[in-house]
Amino acid sequence: MKKYTIINEKDTRSGFGAGLLEAGKQDENVVALCADLVGSLKMDAFAKEFPNRFFQAGIAEANMIGVSAGLAGAGKVPFAGSFAEFCTARVYDQVRQSVCYSNTNVKIAGSHAGITLGEDGATHQILEDIGLMKMLPNMVVINPCDYNQTKKATIAAAKYVGPVYLRFGRPSVPNFTPEDQEFIIGKAVHMNEGSDVTIIATGHLVWQALLATEALEAKGLSVDLINIHTIKPLDDEAILKSVKKTGCVVTAEEHFLNGGLGDSVAQLLGRKLPAPIEMIGVNDKFGESGKPAQLMTAYNLDSKAIICAVDRVISRK
Amino acid sequence: MKKIQELENIASQVRRDIVRMVADVSSGHPGGSLGCADLLTALYFNTLRIEPKNFDIKGKGEDLFFLSNGHISPVWYSVLSHRGFFPKEELATFRLLGSRLQGHPTPVKGIPGVRLASGSLGQGLANAIGYATAKKMDGDDKLVYVLMGDGETNEGQVWESAQYAGAKKIDNLIAIVDWNNQQIDGTCEDVLSLGDFPARWRALGWEIIDMNGNDMQDVVSSLEKAKEATGKNKPVIILMKTEMGFGVDFMSGTNAWHGKAPSQEQKAIALEQLKETLGDY
Repeated sequence: MKKYTIINEKDTRSGFGAGLLEAGKQDENVVALCADLVGSLKMDAFAKEFPNRFFQAGIAEANMIGVSAGLAGAGKVPFAGSFAEFCTARVYDQVRQSVCYSNTNVKIAGSHAGITLGEDGATHQILEDIGLMKMLPNMVVINPCDYNQTKKATIAAAKYVGPVYLRFGRPSVPNFTPEDQEFIIGKAVHMNEGSDVTIIATGHLVWQALLATEALEAKGLSVDLINIHTIKPLDDEAILKSVKKTGCVVTAEEHFLNGGLGDSVAQLLGRKLPAPIEMIGVNDKFGESGKPAQLMTAYNLDSKAIICAVDRVISRK
Repeated sequence: MKKIQELENIASQVRRDIVRMVADVSSGHPGGSLGCADLLTALYFNTLRIEPKNFDIKGKGEDLFFLSNGHISPVWYSVLSHRGFFPKEELATFRLLGSRLQGHPTPVKGIPGVRLASGSLGQGLANAIGYATAKKMDGDDKLVYVLMGDGETNEGQVWESAQYAGAKKIDNLIAIVDWNNQQIDGTCEDVLSLGDFPARWRALGWEIIDMNGNDMQDVVSSLEKAKEATGKNKPVIILMKTEMGFGVDFMSGTNAWHGKAPSQEQKAIALEQLKETLGDY
């Protein structure tokens, strides 16, 4: 199979910070707001470079979203950042009315998404944000897998006109996508060509899916691996093409099964190409405190779980 | 400046439109709309520096108005149409399937004059702050106005925004609260007391201006006063006393008509009390 190597270990939120700075350099209309978490979201570089284009909103996320909508209406390209929980679930109505229904060009930047937020526990570990955001008309939902992809996603989000939810995480994780890899919103990245099973992964689970793919190929299986960074709009074509070839699919994500990537893929296949599907994700329960890596294992969000799911799905073909 | 009598005449037409729009579709919010007819008339026909024929969402180089308590859309739609944003005949489509005049205002169907959706309460002040901030960044010296209901200030987001505007010295912003002391379930005191309302705004750094929202002379001069208070490192708020349902005797001073449409008979009685001036739609 195609070899992917770890360039370095970096957090995806740093990819956001770097991307935001770059987007700010490319377009003077890019502005940023943050709800008292500048360091956590790595927005310091932007705030330092463009002090007149950065707004500290304080711990008042509803106002931050509303102000962002106003800025966007007036022609700015605002990135509103907080922990994923506080800029999605906490302000759902503001995102719904001021951003999505009004169709304003607001980018919602949710960091510390998922269970890998770690020790802070379930109050902060949102596992339903993708579902919440993808249900809103006009919203684009992006969940990149590593530093390089997050940086590119941020720059792409700035160029795209319309509401975007950009989801990224806290811990350092392998950074493995090539720096020159093209990022197109809504276009999946095909990471490995195979014919026995399709694995579709997003976010932190992409690296785990790669490890699983290596292990499965070593056992003689042929795996088609798709890296889905955009949950909405979903790359239907790439998924259908792959499943037509393999006849079964495993999805993997750091999110609830309800409302996540697997849910979107199942909906697509149910309508267009029924096939056995297994889903890796959290099934209807809150997270808890722990080290990120421990939690990923405890909640079956790792390569081992993906391998088991592949065994199950192939037996259902 | 338009003569006070002239503005009062326009407000009478606006009130006629409100009653007819709501009665003819048997739904909508006449009470607050009637109470705010004088304010919106004065704003659009005297105060705001706007170009109705060249409406643009970005609103650069113009004064901007946002309606946060979106349920009083009838008064806004009527004023916008008479000011030339769209043909007044369109008022007949209010709340009908396919209309640009949705029950609560939205830009998604492309109605000129509306820049952001409102209806779910408490969001307009933040939206206005965003536009006001952009104006400052762009060196645009025009002003941003936003109207809220008094009951609406029950919403926590309003106070997040109030604190933000005070702290960040958003001094190109004029907020107006329709202080009719009525909300759906009763008086403001009965539902959830506003406490010392002026003191709450003052504490967060706002400049306060009082207004009798149903006295056109006072509306015009208070708006002028508010304008003069801008640019002094403080956001400005007009605490506007109105009577819900003002202009129609049986609808005045009660919350009974907050979200209730008059019958055809009641409509006829109301219209007898309101002079037609600019021509009905």
